[in-house]
Amino acid sequence: MKTRPFLLVAGLLGLWQLVVVVAGPPAYILPGPWPVVKALVTQFSVLLSHLLTTTLEMVCGLLLGIMLGTSCALVMIISSRLKRWMLPLLLISQALPVFALAPVLILWFGYGMASKIAMALLIIFFPVTASFYQGMRRTSPELLQLARIMGAKPLAILRYIVVPSGLPSFAAGVRMAAAVAPIGAVVGEWVGSSSGLGFYMLHANGRMQIDRMFAALLLLAGLSLLLSFVVDRLLARLIFWEPEKGKIT
Amino acid sequence: MAMGRCTIFTPSGEPLLKDIDCALPVHAKATAPAVIIDRIAVAFGERRLFDDFSLRLDGGRTTCLLGPSGCGKSTLLKLIAGSGPALLTGTIHLDPPDAKPECAWMGQDDLLLPWLSLIDNVLLGAKLRGELTDALRLQARDLLQLAGLSDHEHDLPSRLSGGMRQRGALLRTLMEGRTIVLMDEPFSALDALNRQRLQDLAVQMIYGRTVLLVTHDPLEALRLADRVVVLAGSPARVVASFLPPGRPPRRLDSTEIARQYGELLAMLMDGDSL
Repeated sequence: MKTRPFLLVAGLLGLWQLVVVVAGPPAYILPGPWPVVKALVTQFSVLLSHLLTTTLEMVCGLLLGIMLGTSCALVMIISSRLKRWMLPLLLISQALPVFALAPVLILWFGYGMASKIAMALLIIFFPVTASFYQGMRRTSPELLQLARIMGAKPLAILRYIVVPSGLPSFAAGVRMAAAVAPIGAVVGEWVGSSSGLGFYMLHANGRMQIDRMFAALLLLAGLSLLLSFVVDRLLARLIFWEPEKGKIT
Repeated sequence: MAMGRCTIFTPSGEPLLKDIDCALPVHAKATAPAVIIDRIAVAFGERRLFDDFSLRLDGGRTTCLLGPSGCGKSTLLKLIAGSGPALLTGTIHLDPPDAKPECAWMGQDDLLLPWLSLIDNVLLGAKLRGELTDALRLQARDLLQLAGLSDHEHDLPSRLSGGMRQRGALLRTLMEGRTIVLMDEPFSALDALNRQRLQDLAVQMIYGRTVLLVTHDPLEALRLADRVVVLAGSPARVVASFLPPGRPPRRLDSTEIARQYGELLAMLMDGDSL
């Protein structure tokens, strides 16, 4: 049961080692797994503090992004007049490439964490808004009619019918957001920072310490996986009524 | 005993007895208000669904509405519920006029909320109106017991069978405590056995309310209706309206019912080709 992840990791490591042995690239192009693990151990305390920075940026960006995304979706579903104003704004915010915005954000929010959180937030909130809004809009019209005949006020309909109806789509949006959260944080760190795994990688790269760079990369991958896993678990609890659908076999 | 004015039609649509007093079946109390649809006109775009259409739903009685698909049965139901298209002319009002214009709705789909337990679904109306009380909760529990669903009170709808879900939808409709109940093919998604069980339960529990039940199934109408009304044509008109003998739920094995079934079927086929 639980052996599959280990087998997968072991397989990937083996493949990596194989490439290193067969192709024999110089260590400054592709170090083998062993030097990378050694770097991971020797640099552990340094890496840990950078890991902490990046984790905080990702989690804060994700939380704020979900909050902003949820609020936008709710405003749009409540008021179609506001929606007509917001929709173009949302599209513009996504039409501007976030990577191009990074220097501006750093100019505005400084070298610290705030600019990276802003960056993550900017790429996270849109999938949440779009999917939550679409999900709420797909609430069954018969259900809405039933609620109206029952004499429910619009706010009660929103709370008890429309929002729960949109939650499965919301969950899909949040999963997507959790997958892209590291991009925002790391790109922000690349453009300008003094801490974080992205910063550390850039730093190591500049000094040809490719083993350290790979060590940071491994941590980043692990962090992203962990984040996705935790988010997935929390969402499954949130939409407890959705059984696993779409199983073909 | 309340009396209603009505016209008896022959199966071919000719009025046989015009605007007579028809004594209602004796078994029901007539405390629920009658619904009077008075010369209404309704259009969907260019098409006139109803033109100068009148119908009276007797208070405390079950009226079954039959007719070919698309003739406006469901629209009529929605009009009474107040969620249909706008009336061009005419009115829909209650008799007595000071009765509360509140109704309960039950559709073909059970419309149970998948995130609420069965009992919370049954109590949905009260919850939506912010009127949930412990007394209502007890009442819902009693109803669930009557419907044989006590063991499933806290189950999510996804864990229930189709028949159980539709029973839940019936209880939710009853919990509304409304005197007017509108039902749009509520039993049509069920298999024959479950349908009959649910029909019996519905007749037993809905007793004394003003019910309009739209159905495709002549047998269902003959089994459940105090009055059967057949619509056809475009714009729709009443082509037949009669009181089957006896009280619902009727047994379906009498020759009288078999004869009426044959006539109804012929009428519906005619109506379909109009």
